[in-house]
Amino acid sequence: MIEVEDVNFVYPNRVEALRDVSLVIKDGEFVAIMGQNGAGKTTLVKHFNGLLKPSKGVVRVDGVETTKTSVAALSRNTGFVFQNPDNQLFSETVEEEIAFALKNFGFEEEVIKKRISWALNLLGLTQYRETSPFLLSGGERKRVALASVLSWNPKTLILDEPTIGQDYQQKEKLRQFIVQMQAQGKTVIIVTHDVEFVAECSPRVLLMKEGRIVADGEGREILTTPEVLAQSSIVLPQIAQIFMKLAPLGLPKNVIDVYEAKEMVLKTLEKRRK
Amino acid sequence: MAIIETKNLTYIYPGGRKPSISDISIKVEKGEFVLITGPSGCGKTTLCRCFNGLIPHFYQGELKGEISVAEMDITKHQTHKMAKHVGLVFQNPENQLFALSIEKDVAFGLENLGLPREEIRKRVDWALKQTDIYDLRERSPHEVSGGQQQRVAIAAVLAMQPEIIVLDEPTSFLDPLSAEKIFEVIRELNKKLGITVVLVEHRLDLTAKYADHIIIMDEGKVCFDGDPREILGTEETRLIGVGIPKATLLFQMLKKEGINLSNVTPLSSEELATLLLEAFKNA
Amino acid sequence: MSVFDGLKFRKVYSPIHNLDPRVKFIYVCVVFVAAILFGEILPLLALFLMSLPFVLLAGVQKEWLRSLRGAAFLATFIFLVNIASSFFTSGYVLTAASVESAAAMTLRFVVLVESFSVFFLTTSPDHLGLALEQSRVPYEFAFAFTTAVRFVPVLAEEAQTIMDAQKARGLELEKGGILKRIRNYVPVLIPLIVSAIRRSLELAEAMESRAWGATKKRTNLYALKFHRGDFALLAVNVALVAVAIYVRLYLPVPTLSQLFWV
Repeated sequence: MIEVEDVNFVYPNRVEALRDVSLVIKDGEFVAIMGQNGAGKTTLVKHFNGLLKPSKGVVRVDGVETTKTSVAALSRNTGFVFQNPDNQLFSETVEEEIAFALKNFGFEEEVIKKRISWALNLLGLTQYRETSPFLLSGGERKRVALASVLSWNPKTLILDEPTIGQDYQQKEKLRQFIVQMQAQGKTVIIVTHDVEFVAECSPRVLLMKEGRIVADGEGREILTTPEVLAQSSIVLPQIAQIFMKLAPLGLPKNVIDVYEAKEMVLKTLEKRRK
Repeated sequence: MAIIETKNLTYIYPGGRKPSISDISIKVEKGEFVLITGPSGCGKTTLCRCFNGLIPHFYQGELKGEISVAEMDITKHQTHKMAKHVGLVFQNPENQLFALSIEKDVAFGLENLGLPREEIRKRVDWALKQTDIYDLRERSPHEVSGGQQQRVAIAAVLAMQPEIIVLDEPTSFLDPLSAEKIFEVIRELNKKLGITVVLVEHRLDLTAKYADHIIIMDEGKVCFDGDPREILGTEETRLIGVGIPKATLLFQMLKKEGINLSNVTPLSSEELATLLLEAFKNA
Repeated sequence: MSVFDGLKFRKVYSPIHNLDPRVKFIYVCVVFVAAILFGEILPLLALFLMSLPFVLLAGVQKEWLRSLRGAAFLATFIFLVNIASSFFTSGYVLTAASVESAAAMTLRFVVLVESFSVFFLTTSPDHLGLALEQSRVPYEFAFAFTTAVRFVPVLAEEAQTIMDAQKARGLELEKGGILKRIRNYVPVLIPLIVSAIRRSLELAEAMESRAWGATKKRTNLYALKFHRGDFALLAVNVALVAVAIYVRLYLPVPTLSQLFWV
């Protein structure tokens, strides 16, 4: 469980990145943190594994204050996948890349070998075990980064802008992957500005603006309230845009899923015909 | 004559085993807004680099087939010659700005061409105003947002007054609102100044409505080439893995259930909403 | 990150910052030559104090004092070496003259360091790059310089991100003996280098696409023009050279001991 109490954070160059932020993320939740670039999303999640410590206020992970423990210790339970996989790839083979963290965390040789096979398999990378990560494509490198974080099986997974540069199929795979992680009971936190992706996943949404949390609730409610979204410079998902325009005819406004939209339209047409 | 024309264009990167693009035969007319899309690795980035001569001059490798851009055979002209006719805007905003101030960056290409100072100043100011960043001209590129940086890149290319501007996934790193602003700038350039625009993008929900012409690629080949409304309305496009606009998807799904809202495929939420309102009224 | 803060140049508008960098550079060279001409404390002190009005007018006192502190270590070393050598060569005798001469050598070093420091503190990289472009330096070098400066903050941020990413995989940079600590930096250096190479490739593409190399006669958006202040400084430079040469050739320069014990 992650508890954030009245946290303020100021960068060394005096930029106030977080103001009076308080929230609780329970185990097993799926949360999307959204907002404009510079709203403080990445700053906030960096507090969850101790990379940043609050200037004021307290952050507690599983009851332990982050200031009282190390990043390595916190990372053991909270895996952080950075936006750009090239910021972490350095090994000669994919296998070594995944082994890196496992060695750092003190896993034993046999366990390391098993974990590597498991992670490679999970992300469809088994054929690249002996390949240099630098020779893989952009999407494959992203999967290697993800595999290396999953390998130590953290119970919380933080993904920073996982959809950037991905095509539609890759995003679909990512969405299914998150569903899988959730099914395993993991807490999944994504930082993103991709409304369409969030609309398809329908998580809890935390909306940030200028270092504050301006909205916190169910995806379908927040993503269909234009006044709230406009504050954070987020665009409504397309389906929501359509239903906004249909509202005068009495259709519900909080539709963000395309299948639900279809059902709604068919129902309404039937009703009107009668 | 078409402003871009290729016949059986095939290219293999040096040391590559199979071609990144094969047998590409396309025509782009002057003043068109062309959208090129397709799953990752389909060759769209490679194709872009053929339009301004980076392929074959910068990348070497094997280029086969014919290609003419702005009535010039790119294999016979150096990249710096092509730069006057074709501008290329890249994906990463940070890595295409090198000067210490924004207006110096916009002037870079013009300085390279050896234009007189007054002409450079005129064109720089004009390009900055066209992209609505005139107030930022003395700032450093690092101080401004990603969206503003991309506008600087567009201004820098615009200042050279090319007939064609090619943009390779220019909004990958930007949030949807900044992306929309960029697309609006691009659209203005196309409509007001008549510049031919070739846009490579995944985000069809934001861009399909602007395109006159769409080219869909997969595995190095062209799969679909033509009118966006015709092509995005078909089942096949979705099956390749192209993310069609949700409005179009909903339209298709309703069509499958027997509800044919129109003969013209909608590409934006406004268009579909209008069709739905009509359908509800007439029910 | 505080180390990198100093590299983020702020746009300052002081009369000294606005002086043409080429003239300022000539000033530095003149001070350099004058410092070498004189081995006596008084003229060196005069050269040292001459920097002060520039420092104060430019408002860079804090940074200038900081660079003085940086030079202090080496300056002390030079002083001690000089004292020691005159001590041993004059038969274990320490005279006022030898102390003064050691102090003069130290002061010469300080003057040289400080004049360069004043130059860099009062010249923004934009200005410096522009001066390089408009002098006889080949454009490639001026470009390499300004591009390097432009990307310093970018690389600094990236280094920080890479360290964060590896820390989040259990890398503990602070732990272990010297050898282990050095090895710990491999996962930070390699991504940084690879990213720098990738970045250069993208930059090269962008440069090519904007007509790099189209003509050898490259023009410039800006032109560095000499203003009144520049002519004034140029005059000061000429005067300084003249005075220095005259004094050296025709006037005896008293040492401090001569002044005070006579």
